Amino acid sequence: MATKKFMFVNRKAPYGTVYALESLEVVLISAAFDQDVSLAFIDDGVYQITKGQDTTTIGQKNFSKAYKALGDYDISKLYVEKESLAERGLTQDDLMDLVWEDEDDDWAEKSSIIIVSREEMAAIMAEQEVTLSF
Amino acid sequence: MASIEVGGQTIELDEEGYLIDLGSWTPEIGTALAKEEDVELTDEHWDIINFLREYYEEYQIAPAVRVLTKAVGKRLGKAKGNSKYLYSLFPYGPGKQACKYAGLPKPTGCV
Repeated sequence: MATKKFMFVNRKAPYGTVYALESLEVVLISAAFDQDVSLAFIDDGVYQITKGQDTTTIGQKNFSKAYKALGDYDISKLYVEKESLAERGLTQDDLMDLVWEDEDDDWAEKSSIIIVSREEMAAIMAEQEVTLSF
Repeated sequence: MASIEVGGQTIELDEEGYLIDLGSWTPEIGTALAKEEDVELTDEHWDIINFLREYYEEYQIAPAVRVLTKAVGKRLGKAKGNSKYLYSLFPYGPGKQACKYAGLPKPTGCV
């Protein structure tokens, strides 16, 4: 099967709607098909990968830890839009440490988070062959 | 609804035999679920089952077989981190079968 560039675009807050969880599930499934998968976090979507999420009072499962498994699934390109972070008073320090292990570099841990400007994000999106928006 | 009797308690299962209440799992339930499928759990099985439970605890997901294989190789050594070994323990699929005995949901993306 030919490899295609897949991008999953996440624009919604993690809880309140089912979009974030559905997106994550599709991402994990897609990883089984050996495609070139990347994720984009834009608008309230940046909240999906913030640190210290606590869902105890809303009665939903806190699935944020599952993003830490993305590296195991060879998903190592998580593009986060700089402007979306700034508009919410967030910086990269507010995001979880999401890493992948480079097999060719003695399993060195490398950050999966790539902060890009709105303009750069548009260019990256334009390169994709398949874009799925959540 | 399907169920199984363990130590005088009735444990509810979904239509595919996975635990409904993941929190109610005990090793005895794991053994009983395996017995339903005529599988006697050995230490080698338990290594994988315990590994899956730790993985779920850490990441809140049951890993895909490919991920499980790689992670087992890293943790328990190359000799065990291959699908031949894992399938010899869990012939119905390490993800599906081992997760069932471990009281976890079916792995995401597992058909």
